[in-house]
Amino acid sequence: MLLGEMIAVALQSIRANLFRGFLTMLGIIIGVGSVITMVSLGSGAQQAIDDQIDKLGANILSISSGGMMHRGVSQQTSTLTIDDARAIAADAETVAAVVPEKSSRLQVKLGNQNENLQVVGTTPNFKDVNGYELAAGSNYTRADGAAKRRFAVAGHGVAAKFDTETEGLLGETLYMNGIAFEVVGILEPVGQVGWRNVDEQLWIPLETAQFRVFGTDTLDRINAQVAPGFTPDEAIIDLERIMRREHKILPGKNNDFGIGDPTQFFNVRAAATSIFAALLAGIASISLIVGGIGIMNIMLVTVTERTREVGIRKALGATRLNILMQFLVESLILCLLGGVVGILLGTGVSAAIAQFAGWQTIVSPQAVAIAFAFSAGVGLFFGIWPARKAANLNPIDALRYE
Amino acid sequence: MDATAIHTPARAPESAGAVESSGAVILTRGLRRQYRMGDTVINALDGVDLSIRPGEYVAIMGPSGSGKSTLMNVIGCLDSPDGGEYWLNGQLASSMNDRELARVRNREIGFVFQTFNLLQRATALHNVEVPLIYSGIARKERLARAVEAMRQVGLESRLDHQPNELSGGQRQRVAVARALVTRPSILLADEPTGNLDSTTATEILELFDELHRAGNTIVLVTHDRKVGEHAERVVRMLDGRVQSDTRNSTS
Repeated sequence: MLLGEMIAVALQSIRANLFRGFLTMLGIIIGVGSVITMVSLGSGAQQAIDDQIDKLGANILSISSGGMMHRGVSQQTSTLTIDDARAIAADAETVAAVVPEKSSRLQVKLGNQNENLQVVGTTPNFKDVNGYELAAGSNYTRADGAAKRRFAVAGHGVAAKFDTETEGLLGETLYMNGIAFEVVGILEPVGQVGWRNVDEQLWIPLETAQFRVFGTDTLDRINAQVAPGFTPDEAIIDLERIMRREHKILPGKNNDFGIGDPTQFFNVRAAATSIFAALLAGIASISLIVGGIGIMNIMLVTVTERTREVGIRKALGATRLNILMQFLVESLILCLLGGVVGILLGTGVSAAIAQFAGWQTIVSPQAVAIAFAFSAGVGLFFGIWPARKAANLNPIDALRYE
Repeated sequence: MDATAIHTPARAPESAGAVESSGAVILTRGLRRQYRMGDTVINALDGVDLSIRPGEYVAIMGPSGSGKSTLMNVIGCLDSPDGGEYWLNGQLASSMNDRELARVRNREIGFVFQTFNLLQRATALHNVEVPLIYSGIARKERLARAVEAMRQVGLESRLDHQPNELSGGQRQRVAVARALVTRPSILLADEPTGNLDSTTATEILELFDELHRAGNTIVLVTHDRKVGEHAERVVRMLDGRVQSDTRNSTS
């Protein structure tokens, strides 16, 4: 009830100086708003990376040719062959599925339209291992590969490249390096995975790619899905053992291949992003502190202006605590109002950034709660000194104050 | 005023129990209050002995600088004495802490100021409610008592007016209602008619007479002889001491 009176008095005082109250709150509004915006940008970036890691597929390791593990100059020679893939499939108990790949960017023609697209020659299990879904048609089969048939599965965005309806591409003939391929299947959209846009890729049977398109039996990559019950690290050791055996690498010599866990790259990026997000939030919170100083400044002015009122209230029986609380409640209300408006502003700005810059932003409930608590903290911290000043006034001096 | 108070510890009560049993509302013994202005020390109160019984109507008079306002502030617990004892209703007010003083100001004393000292942004009714808020009285009873006090001073039709919508006399009536609403032991008035024209001043003084007849103890500070005539007892101050203490035969 006494608190009710304090809130009423505080609101009355703010209303009496509405514009000043607004200017005072502006510091908090901007502070909280920028913290919310920065944190939402940070969590958005974090989320984007998490999504990409998810899309890479769980537990897929990638063996690449060349000296990724070499110190010094990296070699671009293709050392991987289909025999390596067969050996891994046969001997590695830590691996559930093997997907060999031979890929390149090729000139692809439909009618009189030309596009430069990534063409991946691979075994048909690429679809299930990566978790891709068919939108139309069907996947090519092992038999198609063995017969070196010129079938192609297209990513969801390929049709758009040729100004065609997605489904309309089905059954069309695409010329890759002048070789005719029939489109037998179209995938559901996948999006950006790592540094590749999967939706603008074409998949063709590995054997067709090797013998009809590229004219080589080497591979660029062998993707290996880790079997359930094994960790990626265990699988890496297993794969390295088999590969060294297959390539007859003597002990003490360097590998002529590399084994990578693509998620590791993103984990590093995720860590960097979170540091960046924390830094942004830290910088934004400086403006909150500046806003708090603004509140303190105005509260000191208010206390001076209302010295007589303090005197009157003390003469009528207000204790030190009553007066202290009254001014503290006022600065708290200023800060909390500013906090609420700041949260709305920050949410709005994040939404606007997401809309216009196309960045992913996430306003998390935690960030809102923390911003709210922080503005309350600012209100208390910066309100306590002016409130104490008012509370410690001697009643008779306060009453005589002109 | 650039005045600094010199605080010397109050003397320990010599004869506690004996003095306050006289039934006085206010009892001061050797009350001292000093101010320092530059190098000179001013004895605003220089050993004041005063006793006021319940139901009395006392006017404290004297020229400016005689210490009458200081005495009023000390009696009203707005100011603390530097020496001597002040007993209020048998309690030693001169040695109370902040909380106890706030309680005394709230429950025992009703103050009426020369400059009214109303809260400008609050309605008349709310102004009267404020002391009850600090007493912790529930809203319903608070409202009823505030309305009753406003009725007592004849302003029941001005409850929702703000102070700046009221005349000087009406403002002072609100202040009187505010002083009465806690049913205090004493009503203290510091030059209550100082800012009023003579007609409204007479009205306020008639209100005080009425309150006195109803059994209230009233202490009033004034330098106006006519105001002093309303009281039944006149205490004259000079240089921080009681110069004379007489009864008005007229009352």
